[in-house]
Amino acid sequence: MLLFIEQCLNGLQLGLLLFLVAAGLTLIFGIMDMVNLAHGSLYMIGAYFAATFVAWTGSFVAGAVLAVGATLLVGMLLEVIAIRPLYGRDHLDQVLGTFGLILFFNELVRIVWGPAGLRVPLPDWLKTSVPILPGLQYPTYRIAIIVTALAVALFLYILVMRTRLGMLIRAGASNREMAGALGVNIKLLYTLVFGLGAALAGLAGLMQAPILTVQIGMGENILILAFVIIIIGGIGSIRGAFVAALLVGLIDTIGRAFLPDLLRLFLSYRTASAVTPAISSMMIYLVMAIVLVVRPQGLFQVSGK
Amino acid sequence: MKGFVTPRNVVVAALLIFLALVPVYVAITGDGFLMTLFTRILILAMAATSLNLILGYGGMVSFGHAAYLGIGGYAIGIFAYEGVGSGFIQWPVAIAASALFALGVGALSLRTRGLYFIMITLAFAQLVYYFGVGLDRYGGDDGLQIYQRSQFIDPINLSNRTQFYYWCLVLLLVSIYLIWRIVNSRFGMAIQGARSNDRRMQAIGFPTYRYRLACFVIAGVICGLAGALLANQTEFVSPAMMHWTRSGDLIVMVVLGGMASTFGPLIGAVTLLVLEETLPLLIELVATPFVGAAASRAAEYWQIVLGPLFLLVVLFARGGINGLLESMRRD
Amino acid sequence: MRKLLLATAALIVLAAMPALAPAQEKSVKIGFISTFSGPTAVIGNDMRNAFELALDHIGRKMGGLPVEVIYENDEIRPDVGRQKTEKLIQSDRVNFVVGYIWSNVLLASLKPVVDSQTFLISANAGPHQIAGKLCSPFFFSTSWQNDQTPQAMGLYMNQKGVKTLYLIGPNYAAGKDMLGGVASTYKGKIVGEDLTRWPDQLDFSTELTKVRNTNPEAVFVFYPGAAGVQFLNQYAQSGLRGKIPLYTAFTIDSLSLPLQKELALGVPGAQQWVNDLPNDANKKFVADFRARHKTYPSFYGAQSYDAVNLINSAVTAVNGNLADKDGLRNAMRKADYASVRGPYKYGNNHFPIQNFYLQDVVKDPEGNLTLKTVSTIVENSQDRYAKACPMKW
Repeated sequence: MLLFIEQCLNGLQLGLLLFLVAAGLTLIFGIMDMVNLAHGSLYMIGAYFAATFVAWTGSFVAGAVLAVGATLLVGMLLEVIAIRPLYGRDHLDQVLGTFGLILFFNELVRIVWGPAGLRVPLPDWLKTSVPILPGLQYPTYRIAIIVTALAVALFLYILVMRTRLGMLIRAGASNREMAGALGVNIKLLYTLVFGLGAALAGLAGLMQAPILTVQIGMGENILILAFVIIIIGGIGSIRGAFVAALLVGLIDTIGRAFLPDLLRLFLSYRTASAVTPAISSMMIYLVMAIVLVVRPQGLFQVSGK
Repeated sequence: MKGFVTPRNVVVAALLIFLALVPVYVAITGDGFLMTLFTRILILAMAATSLNLILGYGGMVSFGHAAYLGIGGYAIGIFAYEGVGSGFIQWPVAIAASALFALGVGALSLRTRGLYFIMITLAFAQLVYYFGVGLDRYGGDDGLQIYQRSQFIDPINLSNRTQFYYWCLVLLLVSIYLIWRIVNSRFGMAIQGARSNDRRMQAIGFPTYRYRLACFVIAGVICGLAGALLANQTEFVSPAMMHWTRSGDLIVMVVLGGMASTFGPLIGAVTLLVLEETLPLLIELVATPFVGAAASRAAEYWQIVLGPLFLLVVLFARGGINGLLESMRRD
Repeated sequence: MRKLLLATAALIVLAAMPALAPAQEKSVKIGFISTFSGPTAVIGNDMRNAFELALDHIGRKMGGLPVEVIYENDEIRPDVGRQKTEKLIQSDRVNFVVGYIWSNVLLASLKPVVDSQTFLISANAGPHQIAGKLCSPFFFSTSWQNDQTPQAMGLYMNQKGVKTLYLIGPNYAAGKDMLGGVASTYKGKIVGEDLTRWPDQLDFSTELTKVRNTNPEAVFVFYPGAAGVQFLNQYAQSGLRGKIPLYTAFTIDSLSLPLQKELALGVPGAQQWVNDLPNDANKKFVADFRARHKTYPSFYGAQSYDAVNLINSAVTAVNGNLADKDGLRNAMRKADYASVRGPYKYGNNHFPIQNFYLQDVVKDPEGNLTLKTVSTIVENSQDRYAKACPMKW
């Protein structure tokens, strides 16, 4: 039972992290009607910034804050230079254009930081684990990820639902001409939203950095998962992205955790070892396919989309 | 006759003549690699052409088209591994398997639209990809060597590289012709009508769901055939040939060359694959006067040029290269 | 219209360009395939650096002929590797193809090389297929068969009296070979086994939680490159480090060590070459490599360095007569050169019969982390597929 709870926590942590990436993606799609494949690159850049700034300041928290700020700036700059001309274009044009940006950023990162990859060391106070239940120790850092991501989710909810900026965002999403006619500076709004999405991706990247190695191409793996999530959740719906991210995180983790033992009941040890990774990799795609077959517009359909 | 000599037609004609002459060039110089490269280009162009039918004309953006390359390829590979070398068995199975898969995927996916369609097709392709990785008997992730190309009766001999090249060229041209016929038929008009306004086409009385499904299956079959060719060319199949990045490559070819144009996918495939091959050399050539020997290292960063190039094509050449060529007509 | 014709002509010229490179007679042409883009470019660069160093050491001449090397990038994709290999064979007409980090790229590329009767020297990948059924008179390895290193580790764990073991590795060909290799020599009980997604594993927390619950006496892992850094990192974060000892193969090397740092201390690995092996060839290699690149070479580099010397020994033996394929082969079979791992022999499948050493992580006098030979685990080890190879000589 403790094992199950711990695996659920692992799944929750993975899911929340995916949510941070997916939230930006779904915001950008929902509001600007823009497919941004380069979102994964911003996740990567956030991680690289974190590696540099943590080393530079000597403090994990200060480095993290700087990295989020820097990714926000890069995001806004990117929006002004390369993304803005793509608004209103065919989705496929956007796919091709932002795919080009992925190639560009991968090579740029290789030139600036080298091909070797970087590691972000954790401060001592985050390296420990704490007892959360009798007999169950859980790493402090992973708890920190869960708490941070939940706080960000709450912040996003308040921002979109309760503030003036959120109102503008929602107005821009449902009718950009009308919002523009009412005197809203749509251009600035879009730049801000894109920057926010970039910062979220960067935050996810830097939080992953101490767990994974910071390396080129780290954004592509998570990009596909993030797309799966916003599709399951319903494009444009932050609530949907949240639910779907947790779903994907839990399914993936539980699958990897318990499937091998389950299959070994039916199959030989060797066969089970061979097929489990394939099946556990398939699971989230299977879930997405099933969700779309049953609900062709995702779990939380956004009205008017 | 004047109207026929447009920049686009000249390029297409030049390209076709060039493609027909590749083996001649190879025979003269003895450098076989150009033919290897272009055999591959022809095959991938065929896959891109089939994608164009659903993506360009039908508005069905499949992000899982490489799955058919894998299905067609594995049909050849598995039969060859089990000792069945006859193309008369291998190829119909490759076609049937692709058709069945397309029918299943299409039936389930065509209810969704837009980005949802893109992602559900990706989901099914990923399922096949991981299925391939799990195929332990057939090498799993290692892939499968094919010792003998598909056997047909004389005089068809796929092991003859020149003959194989021309078969690829012929099949590509047949596919392009077939799709051109489809698109300009009543059926094709209905498909294109459904792309812009599905409800209106239904109201007129077209069973658009069935039409679109038929279209989806035709595209799958042509791509499956391309997969069979690819397996024969590389004498090797592995899950990597249906990785999602390969599906992405196919989309890039179509968009780059020009969606919903007869020869666009061919132009796109040639451009992309030739650029991949020559861009490093080009960078080395340009950089050598400035940085000397370091130029060969600089050439390894060729994607930093390719990436922004895509963006520029999107921004300044609506309708891809084909669109660019057509707009030149007005100068 | 004229612009258009020009553009078309340019396109055709571009397409033909690889073919226009002048064919040079009277040189030894070597094609080198490795990964020079993406995160694993680190490995490719290390191999190239060692390869270049070896060429400089022999004056860039073999048997009196100048040496010409063409480097190609496989992008870790079997189809790309295959195409680059075909380019080297058909367009550049190389005499030797060297390199290959990845088993699946090597398997995809093998056929065109041996069909054209060109020699292929694998400087890293050693898939079991090529050691057995697919063995070829035109294939040589300067590395190992994938199973050999983990087999040595299995033997070492027997020596240490490890009774229960948990295996973790990536789900690709070499990963399966590695885990299979350990299982073939390890005498204790394997209490758990996880093959993880590759290369897009995000997080090992699930597997590590399982390890903690199974509570084995030891864990064996195989994660090459950056994944090895991730694994050690997460192993420490999960609190398992220091509780359950870790045994590795190809997970800690001089390329990953600068990232793994203190996490790698005390984690043993097995290898056929370590940078402090006391033979003269190795001393020269390591010293000159460090002088030039400021870092320790990795085993990938050592194998590439050996590849040059193996080829050199053969070309010298036939006096530069590259058409004498039998002579080249017979010379290479003798492995008559100063290998940086010390002397070794070739088995009938052209894979080395060699010693495997236990390596540990220590600090060098300047305070850098480096690898140190602790002991010899096994002498003259031959892979277990050699019998399946029909080649006899």
